[in-house]
Amino acid sequence: MVALAPSIGARPAAWREPSPLPGFHLAFGFTLTYVGVIILLPLAALVARPWEHGLDGFVAAIVQPRTLAALRLSFVAATMAALVNVVLGLLIAWVLCRYEFPGRRVVDALVDLPFALPTAVAGIALASLYGPNGWIGSLLEPLGVKVAYTPLGVFVALLAVGLPFVVRAVQPVLQDLDAGYEEAAKTLGATAPQSLWRVVMPALAPALITGFALAFARGAGEYGSVIFIAGNMPGVSEIAPLVIVTRLEQYDYAGAASVGVAMLALSLIALLITNAAQVALARRGGR
Amino acid sequence: MTLTVDGIAKRFGRFPALAGVSLEARDGEFLTLLGPSGSGKTTLLRVLAGLDKPDRGHVLLDGADFLAMSARERRVGLVFQQYALFRHMTVARNIAFGLDVRPASSRPHRSVIKQRVEELLALARIEGLGGRYPAQLSGGQRQRVAVARALAVEPQLLLLDEPFGALDTKVRKELRAELRRIHDATGVTTILVTHDQEEAMALADRVVLMNLGRIEQIGTPEELDASPASPFAFEFLGEVNRLPCQVVDGVALFDGFTAPTLGEERQAGQGEALFRPSDVRLDAAPTADGLPVRIVAMGGRGALRSVECQALSGHRVSAELPEHLAGQFEVGQRVKLTVRRVVAKVTNPSPAERPAPLAKSA
Amino acid sequence: MIGTVAPRRIESAGPAVLVLAALAWLALLIGAPMATVFTQALSKGLGAFLDAFKEPDGLAAIRLTLLVAVIAVPLNAAFGLAAAWSIAKFNFRGKAVLLTLIDLPLSLSPVVSGLVWVLLFGARGWFGPMLDAGGIKIIFAVPGILLGTILVTVPLVARELIPLMAEQGADEELAATTLGSGGWTTFRRVTLPNVRWALLHGVLLSNARAMGEFGAVSVLSGHIRGLTETLPLHVEALYNDYDFVGAFASASLLAGLAIVTLVAKTALERAGRVAAAKGSAL
Repeated sequence: MVALAPSIGARPAAWREPSPLPGFHLAFGFTLTYVGVIILLPLAALVARPWEHGLDGFVAAIVQPRTLAALRLSFVAATMAALVNVVLGLLIAWVLCRYEFPGRRVVDALVDLPFALPTAVAGIALASLYGPNGWIGSLLEPLGVKVAYTPLGVFVALLAVGLPFVVRAVQPVLQDLDAGYEEAAKTLGATAPQSLWRVVMPALAPALITGFALAFARGAGEYGSVIFIAGNMPGVSEIAPLVIVTRLEQYDYAGAASVGVAMLALSLIALLITNAAQVALARRGGR
Repeated sequence: MTLTVDGIAKRFGRFPALAGVSLEARDGEFLTLLGPSGSGKTTLLRVLAGLDKPDRGHVLLDGADFLAMSARERRVGLVFQQYALFRHMTVARNIAFGLDVRPASSRPHRSVIKQRVEELLALARIEGLGGRYPAQLSGGQRQRVAVARALAVEPQLLLLDEPFGALDTKVRKELRAELRRIHDATGVTTILVTHDQEEAMALADRVVLMNLGRIEQIGTPEELDASPASPFAFEFLGEVNRLPCQVVDGVALFDGFTAPTLGEERQAGQGEALFRPSDVRLDAAPTADGLPVRIVAMGGRGALRSVECQALSGHRVSAELPEHLAGQFEVGQRVKLTVRRVVAKVTNPSPAERPAPLAKSA
Repeated sequence: MIGTVAPRRIESAGPAVLVLAALAWLALLIGAPMATVFTQALSKGLGAFLDAFKEPDGLAAIRLTLLVAVIAVPLNAAFGLAAAWSIAKFNFRGKAVLLTLIDLPLSLSPVVSGLVWVLLFGARGWFGPMLDAGGIKIIFAVPGILLGTILVTVPLVARELIPLMAEQGADEELAATTLGSGGWTTFRRVTLPNVRWALLHGVLLSNARAMGEFGAVSVLSGHIRGLTETLPLHVEALYNDYDFVGAFASASLLAGLAIVTLVAKTALERAGRVAAAKGSAL
């Protein structure tokens, strides 16, 4: 809708294209100040801190077995939970889009609950639900499955937290997917699984990757919903954010910042990998 | 309101959008800015509206410096290509907006605004649509609202950017006539941007033909038709044929015939002649003068027929003939072709003082 | 939305199994925890539940939570509007960098969002000694809680507004300007009404997040009962004291907030769709 656009080949000569609309300096100045104070300055403090004992100090702070175990738990559990969420999130999105059943709208709204529910509330609820005396925990106990106070508990909490990211990423794509698409596949003799695998899945793949990336990012840094159910045994069920908290309690700022920077770096690497996957997918699809 | 544009230039980066443009719009005149995309016509309109600042030049409105005023102060009515109607306001609120936002001291009374909106709805022939939202209107109705909204502030100048671009052909013709009627009723000096030569010629008192940031020609539609100033003007204003020729003293020489040249080409030498299908004549008499050609196809219905001819050299020429003349010919027939008038473009000038050797027949 | 698939009735066993599986999974991960909150809160009867709200520390926590939201949400809404106005209505270099920066807090762990302020204003932080000398307390005090909450919720309004305003373009604002409207009037009468639903949506989400934030606030609060405890921190404290009724009673308040947020969000989205049909977009 950019009518009256400057003629083709136009490139801003200055850093900003002149505009007859007022208010740029006020709005932009406020934006920059806010971003500077609220985002950039704190981030600079984070990135600058780990090096006060040099690179060795940073490495030493990370390679402690306890820290490594915590980082591994946070990122592995987040990966696995996001993978499971891709499958079950797709199932839920599919069911919500394709079938009419009583209470569909309520269920649809309910999917967003983990977005809106404070993590501490989710945390104590999951801990008591999956604890040895909880509704579900007491059912699992005789089977020899312990969820609460084990790494499995971390995984379960991340399942709950990440689910809406996948559902909400997939749903709009699934909704806009032309029904004729599947029907065409059917008239060409494709069986239902064939049409699902060859026709529907490729169209959904970018949204599934997006959902995975969001669920993973949220899970890797998750704190509130995890610490109650995890049991927080160092080296076993302790998550990376908790290591930061512990170090801060000991006034080890550099050590806390080291773990923070390591988490940020790992998240960025994961983001780069998922972006590369998106690009590869787009190229294969000829788009 | 007389508008004087003097030497306006504007660059975007290294791209010269306007390279020194001067023109004058007389009070109450309807001008169209016509040109291909990239010709600078929209940039000129944006400069007039105050949305872009030129690098050089002056714009005067009745002698007063127009560039010193902000877009807000200029009181121009601008109709956007996609109309830019306020989507959350009803048609009536849209039209009233320019009056509503005036400072309390100069804002007309509510009842006056209401009456003015009614008048404009009637002028634009959209009575009864005042309560609708833009999303509930057809494309043509939206354009009428946009024009009414622009006129509400009693603009000194009405500017329209490709206002028919988003409409289908039938609605377009209808609205074209409506716009001219509204212009004649209000008498507001109007400038319309378009890339459609038929539209430009049909609407305007005078057409400003632009190319590559410059004005190629300004004139009434008749003037542009009768004496195009350049090959570009000739080509842009209608369908053309091309044949190689020699030019001497303002006359184009072909195999078998000559034709007078229009325009400003004063050089002599080898070049190319451009001419309209309607200026082509065919003669079946074997003794007649003219380029020998063979008719390869005939088409069209109604009063005008098109006849496709091919010369021995392989060049193809299409002719447009009245039905009764076209009826004399058939596909495959060999005929002689002459042209009433051409625009010549010399690409290979002959050395001065030495007229080029003439072709076999002169 | 050509070719949108309408949900259809279930007529065979296959789809029925799919629907039941999906519902069971949701029940396990979302339904059951929600039910737990309310049943635990009421496990010792309504009286015990209500008693939890008479306790002064709990009331102080509610008050602090409201205070934080009342300050953080309007600030972030103002930021969202300013950022969207400059990014969506103007062209300048470095826009992509700015957008990335605005999105960045979303990929930070909440604990890191708290940590960064400690690194700035904590006892051994960049400005810690300076603040100490001036007798100003930020960390383990209300300003720190506020900063952590703001950082966590910064992008929420901006992210709702920027894509919408960019899609709407600047033509309506330019039209208003040529009709003689001033900047402020244009913003108030043209821009704001065009984005009001998205703005409310963003405010709603950032309010829910601000009131419920745990990780960042937990690092910054110092956990002083009655002074620097927000409601989520109070829930944690009661839970760790084995006061389960109290913890879940307070938690039920937050869960209620989440439900109200979802209902309001659903209603807003519906209002937005109606408005879109009328011409104004969500």
